[in-house]
Amino acid sequence: MSTGETLPAAGGPPAARPVAAAAEPVWRAHVRAFLRSPGAALGLAALVLTVLAACLAPWIAPQDPYDLANLDVMDGTLPPGSRSVSGMLYALGTDAQGRDMLSAILYGLRVSLVVSLSATLVAATLGSTIGVLAANAGGRVDAVLMRLADLQLSFPAILIALVLLAAFGRGVDKVVIALIAVQWAYYARAIRATALVERRREYMEAARALALPRRSLIFRHLLPNCSAPVIVVATMQVAHAIALEATLSFLGVGVPVTEPSLGLLIKNGYDYLLSGKYWISTFPGLALVAVIVAINLVGDRLRDVLNPRFSD
Amino acid sequence: MLTYLIQRFGQALVTVAAMATLVFVGVYAIADPIDMLAAPDATPDERAAIGAQLGLDRSLPVQFGTFAWRALHGDLGRSFVYNEPALSVILQRLPATLELALTALVLAVAVGLPLGLWAGLKPSSGSGRTIMTGSILAFSLPNFWQGLMLVLVFAVTLGWFPAGGRGETVNVLGIETGLLTLDGLRHLVLPAVNLALFKLAVVIRLARAGTREAMLQDYVRFARAKGLSPARIVGVHVLKNILLPVVTVIGLELGSMIAFAVVTETVFAWPGIGKLLIDSINRLDRPVIVAYLMLTVCLFVAINLIVDLIYAALDPRVRLSEAA
Repeated sequence: MSTGETLPAAGGPPAARPVAAAAEPVWRAHVRAFLRSPGAALGLAALVLTVLAACLAPWIAPQDPYDLANLDVMDGTLPPGSRSVSGMLYALGTDAQGRDMLSAILYGLRVSLVVSLSATLVAATLGSTIGVLAANAGGRVDAVLMRLADLQLSFPAILIALVLLAAFGRGVDKVVIALIAVQWAYYARAIRATALVERRREYMEAARALALPRRSLIFRHLLPNCSAPVIVVATMQVAHAIALEATLSFLGVGVPVTEPSLGLLIKNGYDYLLSGKYWISTFPGLALVAVIVAINLVGDRLRDVLNPRFSD
Repeated sequence: MLTYLIQRFGQALVTVAAMATLVFVGVYAIADPIDMLAAPDATPDERAAIGAQLGLDRSLPVQFGTFAWRALHGDLGRSFVYNEPALSVILQRLPATLELALTALVLAVAVGLPLGLWAGLKPSSGSGRTIMTGSILAFSLPNFWQGLMLVLVFAVTLGWFPAGGRGETVNVLGIETGLLTLDGLRHLVLPAVNLALFKLAVVIRLARAGTREAMLQDYVRFARAKGLSPARIVGVHVLKNILLPVVTVIGLELGSMIAFAVVTETVFAWPGIGKLLIDSINRLDRPVIVAYLMLTVCLFVAINLIVDLIYAALDPRVRLSEAA
C-alpha cells in the first residue's frame, strides 16, 4: 500500500538530496529554538511524562482496575487519601465499584491516547496523500478533492462525528474512524497549499528532469518537503482528537464501557458530582486538561519554530 | 450570476441528498429497534408484527425510497418511542435549544466584544495577555469539562444556580419559554454561560484583530488629530468598524452553536433537541435520529448557501471565477 510507505518518509529527515546535507544542523537549531520557550519545554516534559505513564500503566498503577477480583464494593466512593480494608492507599479516591481512580486514570489515559494518536496518524497519512496528489494533479481532480474538503470543513466536527457514530454504533474502532473522517481535510488543505509552492522549486524540476517515476517524484521528493505543516497541524489535531473523543465518550456514543477513556470516566463520575463526590469526575478531567494544555503548548511553539515567517 | 446561482443551488441539493443517503443507510444498518420495542418474552410472530407495522420488514432500498418520498413531503417518520411524528417531537424541543443558543450568543458578544476591544487596544499589557490566554484556554479545553466545573462550583459547592433542567416555563403564543420566569432564568444561567464560553474565544479574537487593524487606519489618526476623546474614538469610530465582521461571523456560528448544544444539553439535562438526539441514539429511535440529523444538515447547507450567495452578490470576482 502506497500510504504505508509514505509515513516513515514524512516523519524522518527530508529525503530529497539538496536539503539532506544541511538537515542535521537545521534540526538542532529547531530543537534549541523550541527549548528557548520555558512554557513549551514544560509542556514537552509534561507530555513525555504522560505518555510514559500511559505506556507503563500496567506496571505502575496500584491495581488493575478492570480485574474484578481486585475490586471490593466495600471500598466504593471513598474520598481521596483513604485506605482500603487491606491498607492500600487510594490517593485519588475510588469510584462506585471501589476502583482506584489513579489506576483508572492511568488506564483511561492509555485508551484516550491510543484512540487519538492512531486516528491522527491515519488522518495525517491519508490527508497528506490526498493533499499532495491534489496539488500534483491540479485541474478537475484538485477541484473535486478540495471542494469535498471544504464541504466537510463547513460542518462542525462534532456533527460529523455524531452522524458517523449514530450510523456505526459505539466502539473504539468506530471512534477512530469518526476522528479520521473529521480530521483528514485539515491535512489535505494544509499540505496542498505547501505542495503547490514546493512543486515549482528547482529540486522538483531536477527530479522531473531525471525522469523519475511519478510515484517517487510525489512521495520521495515532494511529500517529505511538505512535512513541516503536517507536523504542526498534527500536533494541534491530536489535542482536538483527544478533546473530541472525550466529548463523544462523555455523551455516551464513544468508546464502550469495557474500555473506558478519560471521557467515559468523567461521564461515569458525573452522577456522583451532584452529590458532592467530586473526585470521580474531577481527577480524570484534570488529567484530560493537563494533556490538552501540554500538547497545545508544544504545538504553539512548534508552529513558531517550523514556520520560517516567524523565525527570529 | 444566474449560472452561478443554479450551480451553487445544485451543489446544495446534492449535499443534502448525499447526507440523507449516508444518514439513512448508516442509521438503518445499526442494531434492530425491535429488540428495544418488543417485550423480552415476545414471540417471533409478535416481533414480526411490530416490524411489519413499522415497515422494517421491507428491503433497504424500498425503505429508503419510502423515506425519501415522505421526507420530500415533510414527513420524516414516526418516533418509535413517542409514537408521534419525529419532526413534531423535535419541533417541540426546538424552542428550548433556540432559547439556550440565542442567550449564549448574546452573552458571548456582550462579554467578548469589550474584552476583545481591550485586548486589541493594549495588546502587550498584562490584562491584554491574560484575556488572550483565557480565550485560548476557553477554546482548547473540552466544553463538557467546563460545564462540569461550572456545575461543581456554582451548583454543588456554592448552590447559587440549579445544576440541571429548564425550570418553570410559561406558554407564550403556543411556545413554552423559560425566559419570562425567574426560575427559568436561574436554570438558564449555567448552560448559557457554558455554551457562550465556546464562542467567546472567537468573538474576542475577531474583536482584537479588528481593533488592532482599525487603530492603524487613517480615520482613527484623523479623529485623534481632530482632538476627539479616546473614549469616543474607540466607542464610535473603532467599534462601528469592527462590529460588522463580528456580527457576520457570529450569525454563521449560530448553526454550530445549535450543533454544539448537544454537549451542553447533556451536561445540564436541558430538554432541547441535542439531548433528544443523544437519548434517541441510546434508545435506537431511528426516525428521530434521522430527522434531527437531516434538519441540522439542511440548516448548515442553507447557512452556507446564503453566505456564498451574499459573497457572490458583493464580490464580482467570485461570480466571474466560478462561472468561467
